Amino acid sequence: MKFSESWLREWVNPAISSEELAEQITMAGLEVDDVAPVAGDFNGVVIGEVVECGQHPDADKLRVTKVNVGEEELLDIVCGAPNCRAGLKVAVAKVGAVLPGDFKIKKAKLRGQPSHGMLCAFSELGISDEGDGIMELPADAPIGTDLRDYLQLNDVAIEVDLTPNRADCLSIAGLAREVGVLNNLDVTEPSWDDVEPSIDDTFPVTVTATEQCPTYLGRVIRGVNVKATTPLWMVEKLRRSGIRSIDPVVDITNYVLIEFGQPMHAFDLDKLQGGINVRPAGEGEKLVLLDGNEVELQSNTLAITDNRGPIAMAGIFGGEATGVTESSENIFLECAFFAKLAITGRARQYGLHTDSSHRYERGVDYQLQYKAMERATQLIVEICGGQVGPVVEAGDSDKLPKAAEITLRHARLEKVVGQAFERTQVTEFLQRLGMEVQESELGWKALAPSYRFDMEIEEDLIEEVARIYGYNNIPNISPQAALKMNDTKEAGIPLSRLRQLLCGRGYQEAVTYSFVDPKRQELLHPGEEAMVLPHPISVEMSAMRLSLLTGLLDTISYNQKRQQSRVRIFETGLRFVPDSDAENGVSQVPMIAGAISGTVNQESWNQENREVDFFDIKGDLEALIELSAQANKFSFARCEHPALHPGQSAAIMFDGKQVGVIGALHPQHSKAFGVSGKVFVFELEQSVVTQRALPDAKPVSKFPANRRDLAVLVSDKIAAADLINCIEKVGGNQIVGVNLFDVYKGKGVAEGMQSLAISMTLQEQDRTLEEKEIVATVDKVVAALATEFDASLRD
Amino acid sequence: MQDLDALISQAKAQIEDASDIAQLDTVRVEFLGKKGLMTKQLQTLGKLSPEERPKAGQLINQAKQAIQQELNEKREQLQQAELNKKLASETVDISLPGRANEQGGLHPVSRTIERIEHFFGDLGFEVKSGPEIEDGFHNFDALNIPAHHPARADHDTFYFNPELVLRTQTSGVQIRTMETEKPPIRIISPGRVYRNDYDQTHTPMFHQVEGLMVDKNVNFTELKGVLYDFLQHFFEEDMQVRFRPSYFPFTETSAEVDVLGKNGWLEVLGCGMVHPNVLRAVNIDPEEYTGFAFGMGVERLTMLRYGVTDLRSFFENDLRFLKQFK
Repeated sequence: MKFSESWLREWVNPAISSEELAEQITMAGLEVDDVAPVAGDFNGVVIGEVVECGQHPDADKLRVTKVNVGEEELLDIVCGAPNCRAGLKVAVAKVGAVLPGDFKIKKAKLRGQPSHGMLCAFSELGISDEGDGIMELPADAPIGTDLRDYLQLNDVAIEVDLTPNRADCLSIAGLAREVGVLNNLDVTEPSWDDVEPSIDDTFPVTVTATEQCPTYLGRVIRGVNVKATTPLWMVEKLRRSGIRSIDPVVDITNYVLIEFGQPMHAFDLDKLQGGINVRPAGEGEKLVLLDGNEVELQSNTLAITDNRGPIAMAGIFGGEATGVTESSENIFLECAFFAKLAITGRARQYGLHTDSSHRYERGVDYQLQYKAMERATQLIVEICGGQVGPVVEAGDSDKLPKAAEITLRHARLEKVVGQAFERTQVTEFLQRLGMEVQESELGWKALAPSYRFDMEIEEDLIEEVARIYGYNNIPNISPQAALKMNDTKEAGIPLSRLRQLLCGRGYQEAVTYSFVDPKRQELLHPGEEAMVLPHPISVEMSAMRLSLLTGLLDTISYNQKRQQSRVRIFETGLRFVPDSDAENGVSQVPMIAGAISGTVNQESWNQENREVDFFDIKGDLEALIELSAQANKFSFARCEHPALHPGQSAAIMFDGKQVGVIGALHPQHSKAFGVSGKVFVFELEQSVVTQRALPDAKPVSKFPANRRDLAVLVSDKIAAADLINCIEKVGGNQIVGVNLFDVYKGKGVAEGMQSLAISMTLQEQDRTLEEKEIVATVDKVVAALATEFDASLRD
Repeated sequence: MQDLDALISQAKAQIEDASDIAQLDTVRVEFLGKKGLMTKQLQTLGKLSPEERPKAGQLINQAKQAIQQELNEKREQLQQAELNKKLASETVDISLPGRANEQGGLHPVSRTIERIEHFFGDLGFEVKSGPEIEDGFHNFDALNIPAHHPARADHDTFYFNPELVLRTQTSGVQIRTMETEKPPIRIISPGRVYRNDYDQTHTPMFHQVEGLMVDKNVNFTELKGVLYDFLQHFFEEDMQVRFRPSYFPFTETSAEVDVLGKNGWLEVLGCGMVHPNVLRAVNIDPEEYTGFAFGMGVERLTMLRYGVTDLRSFFENDLRFLKQFK
């Protein structure tokens, strides 16, 4: 809502500056977004009259004028505007005037003719950017008067961003009420004499949908001159409210809209057929709107119809066929109350949003219609003339909203706000807000005014009292609560710990969008169904991610394209997998994922620097796993994953169930993702690393440990981890440590074989192992490896 | 018998000349070895009379000791020199960088969320999270946004269907918590939220932290107190803060909170007393319990805190941007 400060001050005029006013209403909940001067910064411009206007002898497009500005001598001014003519009242920038942009007016000669000033256009004074020619002021504009005073240009347009509950402030009247409350001042409404009907003409109106339209007022006015000029004061007030002047009838309905907040509509009476009925539209009924677009109405939309069909969308938009035009002579003026629920959402349904729908959706004062009708009538007659018929009313006043009687308990008020309030002060606040207030033993009973339909329950009144009292006058107090400890489980590992671990290993955290490009996702997860947004920002952001990998690969690509070839990133967040068993049909599982590419280290003077490989990222993942203190529950199984290199990928298993994947990006996807070089990724369900086993301490053996190394030859199809597991199993309690310290293939080892060097640590809790025991155990291990894996000792 | 003094002098001279331990050893063997000159001197004792022997023997021993002492001193000297030489050869340029162990860093949004979690965690607020694809009940109905409410028809919401959305706020977590837990409740819920809007100042996904406290006597002064306190601690400076009346369907006595920045007041928070309808929707009696709730935009707070000027940079994940947050 944009409004002129001086217009507001005609209603209520507190002794505070514009800045203070803006601050005051902001702090009352009407947030001021902008305060802008209504005209450019200029001075020295007065009203003048063109006395003579002749052709410039040496320039076709220039005129030579003599202008009366109320001084002894007429001013010679050369003007290029085509609308310049003798007898015109104009805005004259005299010599010495300064126009916006620090443009100084000096004596000049234009093509040899003297020019002692300038005739100004609106745009040259920063008033509007419309119109080609110079300003045409009313004939009665007083010559010599400063233009700023005449047009009251020392004014600002204030834009307030109103919350949806404060539709009562979508008018000068409403804002004035609010300012009156805040400053404890009376509000003066403009006064006018209602026009007495001079003819008996009426147009029949019926309302079928009385629930949606409890009040419909109509009035015939004959002999209206639509060609009349809207007075400058009205044009200016509308302009300062952000509304362009169209024709006097539209301007007047707009004026009443801004002044009182009541949307109105004028029909060309001669284009109406039969009678008006307000009813739900029939599904598919067509209507051409005032903007020329045809809409197909839906049955949830309220229509104003005549005998032929819809002529307007109630409370939203008028129809073209029955609209008032320059040639209209007789009009039918509509002023109705439509229920909020009848209008809410309907305009948007058709891609529309109008000043009228904006107000009806939020609520219009249901007792305003007669007043608005009389105000509009008076203005039409004043500006356009005409004979006025009586007001016809249809609808059902029983269906009008009822003001709620709200009880406010003093104790409740003080409990919720947390401070004491004087009874008399609260009564005063409520009365100032327009409520009918009755004090009672427990507090107050209040009846809200018809314009405050947001007042329904006790909490609404509590908020009003706090608001008028001033939020910032209410103290800040630390909350009181019982000191109850939170139930923090030791077995829980906070996500922050996982993040720290990865950061400590050189990973940078990324946050990527939860919706990704379905095409790219399909490459990584072919055939997997994803949740798709029907109305996304773009197709590339339309599919809910099935894993965090798509976003991470995009991030690698983004950075590689910006000369960041070494990338180590991770992300945590949900993946969204359709699952009919899950709540709302989608399983939303917190994941942690990482991706690396480029060299292992930053280039350095003293360090090996190779490209990363599978075991770099596996090491990082194992570090995460180690946090859980139950690494033994994890294992890696070779897997076929469409996103990953078949020879360098694994399913991450926890207790026999797959909880993630790790591996190299399949080289066939590199191009599609725009990544170069090898990229390794992992993704893991957070839940398996945010839980840890609690320590169960055992005494440390006091007896010496013995190390025995084995080098075994075994097929390279055998997984090393299986060998280790076998040794641990065979060794029982005696083997307390097994470590694979070398893997060798190549010269000296037959094709298809590998040599694995394994160290074993043997120790007993209660005695020193004897050599023969050690030998026996090692022999047992060797035998088991031979049986299980066809492994032999390497010579 | 050779002149002992001459021998000592000779030994001293040779010791003096020795330039390393090996040479010094040669000198030692020459004089003190089994066949050395001093040993030979001792062998001459037999030719002396028994009366002369002790005296002469003593003199020879003294000479031996003198040479030994010289040898020891020289040895120490040489060892020291050798050590010094070795140390000198091992000198490194201590200005060279150490072996790389580069540290990564948290995303600035996470960093802010973790800070917020700490501040409220200290006050006993538990961190709760919930689903991001949310049903109409938890995202709207339970928050006093009924079917016909304009906020619901808001084109900013990403709908999958009329009853399934990408959550527009993390308030659904508050509802889920109140459905399962009884007051007193103190929680915060950080997380991703979604609005269908994309321009310089809007991204379709961003982060919020919402907080909720429900207890027997929670009131507006306490809401003000806790948020005022938070802002002072978050920005670590004496911030000017103002509470401005506003409107949210799920709070009544609603406020927006502004802080005074370099270019005027900036909105950083929305808050209010929990609307009684919200409490009723989760079977909490609003007569017995009251509550406050607040929500803050993490990106906005992060931008103010670290001077980030473009919201979109949070989701581009340009390492050159992210690495500034160590």
